[in-house]
Amino acid sequence: MLILTSVLTTGALTLTACGSRDEGGSGDNGDGDATTTITIGVDAPLSGENSATGLGIQYGVQIAVDDANAKKVVPGVKFQIKALDDKAQPATGQQNATALVGDSKVVGVVGPLNSGVAQSMQQVFASANLVQISPSNTNPELTQGKDWQSGTKKRPYTTYFRTATTDALQGGFAADYAFKGMKKKRVFVVDDKQTYGAGLAKIFREQFEELGGKVGGTDSINTGDKDFGALVTKIKAAKADLVYYGGQYDESQLITKQLKEAGVKIPLFGGDGMFSPTYIETAGGASEGDVVTSVGVPVDTLPAAKTFIETYKSKGYKGTYGTYGGYSYDAANAIINAVKTIKEGNDGKLPGGKELRAKVVEEVGKSNFEGITGKVSFDEYGDTANKQLTVYQVKSGKWEAVKTGTYNG
Amino acid sequence: MNTLPQQLANGLLLGSMYGLIAIGYTMVYGIVQLINFAHGEIFMIGGFGALTVYAYVLPAGTSVWAALPLMLIGGGLIAILFAVGAERFAYRPLRGAPRLAPLITAIGLSLALQEVVRNFYPKADKARVFPELGKGSYEIGSLTVTNADIFLISIAAVCMTGLALFVRRSRTGRAMQATAQDPDTAQLMGIDTNRIIVIAFAIGGFFAAVAAIAYGFKYGHVEYRMGFIMGLKAFTAAVLGGIGNIYGAMLGGIVLGIAETLASAYIDGIPGLQQLGGASWANVWAFCLLILVLLLRPQGLLGERVADRA
Repeated sequence: MLILTSVLTTGALTLTACGSRDEGGSGDNGDGDATTTITIGVDAPLSGENSATGLGIQYGVQIAVDDANAKKVVPGVKFQIKALDDKAQPATGQQNATALVGDSKVVGVVGPLNSGVAQSMQQVFASANLVQISPSNTNPELTQGKDWQSGTKKRPYTTYFRTATTDALQGGFAADYAFKGMKKKRVFVVDDKQTYGAGLAKIFREQFEELGGKVGGTDSINTGDKDFGALVTKIKAAKADLVYYGGQYDESQLITKQLKEAGVKIPLFGGDGMFSPTYIETAGGASEGDVVTSVGVPVDTLPAAKTFIETYKSKGYKGTYGTYGGYSYDAANAIINAVKTIKEGNDGKLPGGKELRAKVVEEVGKSNFEGITGKVSFDEYGDTANKQLTVYQVKSGKWEAVKTGTYNG
Repeated sequence: MNTLPQQLANGLLLGSMYGLIAIGYTMVYGIVQLINFAHGEIFMIGGFGALTVYAYVLPAGTSVWAALPLMLIGGGLIAILFAVGAERFAYRPLRGAPRLAPLITAIGLSLALQEVVRNFYPKADKARVFPELGKGSYEIGSLTVTNADIFLISIAAVCMTGLALFVRRSRTGRAMQATAQDPDTAQLMGIDTNRIIVIAFAIGGFFAAVAAIAYGFKYGHVEYRMGFIMGLKAFTAAVLGGIGNIYGAMLGGIVLGIAETLASAYIDGIPGLQQLGGASWANVWAFCLLILVLLLRPQGLLGERVADRA
């Protein structure tokens, strides 16, 4: 017990030491020429399964903060980040949210990566009136409420925003590409009965039929299933030229493998839940030619993001900036710009504590600037107005972007 | 296109895998009346054992066909080691204890083994890719089968026949039957019952490893969680066939596999039952079948052969 206590105390002391060093001894008065330090929180999985993407988010924000400090975007204000690891666990995310709310220097948070984690954090941030901008959450429920599918959209939390677009647009975009781009006429639709998968499959099916395509059959599977022999035989008998799957890569990688082994050489099409290197690794050659849609645009294809990518590479940051790094950079800038507007509109003085947080929420909602991923602005639900999506296809064992576009339903 | 032959083949393949694992449940139950819930994990460890042989022991680039015998031996040995170890250190000390004690121990052991593999096997927190048994798939009439399918069905047939002969013909096999009938009398007749119990665990472990290798070839990966569902299904198969009866385990596995496949393939085609069909309902129908069998024949399809205990 004694050891435990001393370890904890030492830990706490070290943390405090770090904290004061970061302030650079500039004092905390906040008036006159003295620099005020403002923290932007980051929450993402920094260890474990999704950490490659999670680190991309952390470093995306880091670069935004470094840029703002170097260019003195807000004179008299020094930004820093506080990155917490949620391990892709909703419970850990909630603890992190509480910690960020408790730190009075934090004026806004970028993250998390996973929609499920976001769900557990929203309430915490809303009650503290602290703005949260996710660069990657795609679940429409987060901004449009539980009944978004039936058309009654209601924003649950006014503090939540996102720079990535939603699944609601993904299904339609996919149907469009399947029918017009891939010229597929007869599709077999499978889903995993989960909110994300079933919703995506439904939207795809409706849109595909509306365009004039035929649905050769539908089926649902359970998450965790391994044997899809019966399903594959059904698909074979349905004589479809495409299979659409709403769900995650865990099942779809096995479906595509068993499909191709049974001699059904048609591509499997899915959403961003399937968009993972693991999918190709497990399915092997069977995944060749399979297609997914994912929200956003790969940052490397955007001319405005050139400097961002160079900085990321030259700093030797770990993780992948490709998918969400640019959206994290823009999310952080939305917060930085909000702070700037507030300071300028208040005779160069920053209000303190609660008032500042409330004003940041308000200003982020009014965001309107050119980011590296395109225009950054939010609609009345907190969703980005920049509705970009990308189609990726497996080519020579790698995901390759084949079409980028915007889709408005 | 007539899909029935293909669907029956799908069911038979799945069922053979269930049957191989079910042997482990049924033999152990037949002899010590213990439901070894850690058996699913023995199956999983057998798969990882075979993967270890292929990925870390043999030189890179070895052909899978050449590696196959060594994978069977390696995976089998590891599974036997764990199965026998579990018996020696977890179950034997509880031999005289109330029934619930070893049962809880088995559940604990199952969780512990999963965590050990997840934490200490390299990169086992995600599914590990299993080598492929050649790319070939063959068309036989309206049937399409792959190398992995042929491997599974033939090795299952060999194992089952071998086991049947072993139990019926060999001295040890007859000693096993005697121990199952009455352990005390068997001991009085000079049979080393402890040795027989160890052999039962070892055979179950080896069969589970064989099933795991077939699983790896068929589904392309092994992961630390794979023993849970497969173990549960195999246990169901053992009960369906009549727990304690090795022929029952084989039959139960095949019946369960075929029932699942046919249910998911055809039930949604019956007018009025569209809502209750499809792949996601396969388990529901499989368990309905189990309930039905247990209602009409509580001893399972073939019944417990050793039920004549006084």
